[in-house]
Amino acid sequence: MRIDHDALVIGAGGAGLWAALELARAGVSTGVLTKLYPTRSHTGAAQGGVCAALGNQEEDHWEWHMFDTVKGGDYLVDQDAAEVLAHEAIETVIELEHMGLPFNRTPDGKIDQRRFGGHTRNFGEAPVKRACFAADRTGHMILQTLYQNCIKAGVQFYDEYHVVDLLFEGGDGGDGGRAAGAVAYRIADGELHTFGAKAVLLATGGNGRMFSITSNAHSLTGDGMSLVYRHGIPLEDMEFYQFHPTGIYGIGILLSEAARGEGGTLLNADGERFMSRYAPKAMELAPRDMVSRAIYLEIRDGRGAGPKKDYVYLDVRHLGRAVIEEKLPDITEFARVYLGVEPLTEPVPVQPTAHYAMGGIPTDLRTRVVRDEANTVVEGLFAAGETACVSVHGANRLGTNSLVDLLVFGRRAGREMTAYCRAAEAPSIAADVEEPVRSELEALRTRPEGESPSALKAELATLMMDNVGVFRTARMMATAVAGVAAIKERYTRVRVRDTGRIFNTDLLEARELGYLIDGAEAMASSAIARTESRGAHSRDDYPERDDVNFLAHTLAYRGEAGPSLRYKPVTITRFEPKPRTY
Amino acid sequence: MQVDLRILRFDPERDAAPHWESYRVEAEPMDRVLNLLTTVKAEQDGTLTFRRSCAHGICGSDAMLINGRNRLACKIRVDQLGKKITVAPLTGLPVVKDLVVDMDTFFSKYRSVMPFLIADSPAPERERRQSQADRARYDDTTKCILCAACTTACPSFWAQPSYVGPAAIVNAHRFIFDSRDDAGDERLEILADKDGVWRCRTIFNCVDACPRGINITRAILEVSRAVVERSV
Repeated sequence: MRIDHDALVIGAGGAGLWAALELARAGVSTGVLTKLYPTRSHTGAAQGGVCAALGNQEEDHWEWHMFDTVKGGDYLVDQDAAEVLAHEAIETVIELEHMGLPFNRTPDGKIDQRRFGGHTRNFGEAPVKRACFAADRTGHMILQTLYQNCIKAGVQFYDEYHVVDLLFEGGDGGDGGRAAGAVAYRIADGELHTFGAKAVLLATGGNGRMFSITSNAHSLTGDGMSLVYRHGIPLEDMEFYQFHPTGIYGIGILLSEAARGEGGTLLNADGERFMSRYAPKAMELAPRDMVSRAIYLEIRDGRGAGPKKDYVYLDVRHLGRAVIEEKLPDITEFARVYLGVEPLTEPVPVQPTAHYAMGGIPTDLRTRVVRDEANTVVEGLFAAGETACVSVHGANRLGTNSLVDLLVFGRRAGREMTAYCRAAEAPSIAADVEEPVRSELEALRTRPEGESPSALKAELATLMMDNVGVFRTARMMATAVAGVAAIKERYTRVRVRDTGRIFNTDLLEARELGYLIDGAEAMASSAIARTESRGAHSRDDYPERDDVNFLAHTLAYRGEAGPSLRYKPVTITRFEPKPRTY
Repeated sequence: MQVDLRILRFDPERDAAPHWESYRVEAEPMDRVLNLLTTVKAEQDGTLTFRRSCAHGICGSDAMLINGRNRLACKIRVDQLGKKITVAPLTGLPVVKDLVVDMDTFFSKYRSVMPFLIADSPAPERERRQSQADRARYDDTTKCILCAACTTACPSFWAQPSYVGPAAIVNAHRFIFDSRDDAGDERLEILADKDGVWRCRTIFNCVDACPRGINITRAILEVSRAVVERSV
């Protein structure tokens, strides 16, 4: 079946919804495709807050937010992008409030703000209250508010349509072609639909499910990243993957950094606040890469807690019942439900959990996808949110900046696409564009024998967790590169057990595994080639940052014999790289 | 421990009617029902079909009928249920396949109550001010994740499928009692309809079912009271 719109938005989390809202308000014919229902998107799981230098609690300036973002990212951040992020965060948060977002309030009725890791006043002096929040369910409120406003604006949603291919005209995406639409699989009945559009936005989120311990939803399989990669467009900075310090032990469910922003501490088995040895000034509010490494070292050196000595404690007992119940209600419940631990009276076992892709689909400041080191634009193709790499996070993202990113650049994407759609002609799409993906899906569905995708997925997740995690060595990364290549080869022989047409999640999970493998391949290859330590990429054989050779973004292009890598320079405007201490 | 898991299965491409199937699953007491379903799908029967995403009670994908009560499969543990666990799809919505129900009517009822802020005054340069007390007034109903557990636990909804249902009323409440909103009257008009708040018989099933701990019956009563006050 063929459906045409001027604009297509793939993914209905924060970035996709805000883009759709801008497009709908401007009267552009828009379709939003999501493999879930919009309100199931993982933006809703964000907890602690969204930073904007409103200065509601104390003096603050967007230039300070910009600096913190650049330093937090270990100077791999493109500083023109960080400037846009920090500056537009303010009007973006205000606009969200006008849309109805129920922020917590100060006594005089303004948006309440609290501390978060790495966010400081006056270029690193001391923590600042910058994170605007709604209890510890800020992401839930953002997702609900944007969805509500999309309903108000009459946005057309295609719920439970799983996008399985991108369409280009005049050549492939990596070869001068222009975006022309997408092919989607309607989950309800297994029918393929061709969506034609002038402008296509990828807002498909991250790929944390390639790791065995993750805060990410099952749906986060890097679909958008993989789809562009398969069309010759590179993935940028994939080696930079964030491990959040405080995942629930053994499961990985996130316990927000807001717990530490409100004064929670981290303790080792001896009850020691070990961060004093790693970040004496910032302590528990150091950036996430540093805190996760500190936890890793405590455990490695035998100071982990529990029978296996493999976790540390997050302690909020001293905050008192009022703060815990009013400002951290959800994570308190998570500890009770998933660990059987009462945070009011007991410290909570935590370990680092795979959380966020700093890298992704390369874009310019206008959210246009770019395909090489000269930033050549792929016409009509846009990306925003976690799936994109603009790059505002560099080598390590600061807490709350994921929400800032998807709001600021989701909004920008909607405006850019509106302008683009007004000027562009409708693309022409051949009649048989569904064929390649139809035959791929049929092969999965009808292969008589083969191995189980779920077992292969579990192998991939363990391989990546063990070898491309918080700390990396050349040997571990070589194991990952070889292991992913072997899994990729075996993937050509997987078989699904459900051969039906209606709501075949067995088939779609197998398809998603292919996306995860693509992301893992780009990540492992990009990581082993970066012979330095920077931000979240930390290796024992090259423990120092190397600005001479690696103040550069990695671009990983798909190839038959594994990815080929190229590099592009980092944009530096205001802040020269300096050693990074907290 | 071994759990006996019974699941109400239905595949419209194969089955004339739903039927129960049993599975034995090795489980830990702290496992959630979602872990069991995932294990069955991975190891015993790949055709078992259910929705899931966040797996920690935030996205609302996996509400289902578990040992006779509506629960999120990712939030109810084996040790809360015992060694015999039965799982069936939500009641009162058409079954698509196994544990997946058609959510279209549920979301159209949600949309019918105008679930978005309508503020008549021009937006100020900065945020609209709201006192902490005014913010607290509607806090409980902002927590809704639209999982449909409440509406599909409601006997009034089962008896009268045109009833707008607890979830839609919760989402109307969230705006009716928001001091920044100016469209409370219009929403109360919608909910004064025969399929609005008066169908509630204060049975409290919705409160038991809500995975977010929202006091739904109280919210419905507050809306009912506002409907009455408006009409006098």
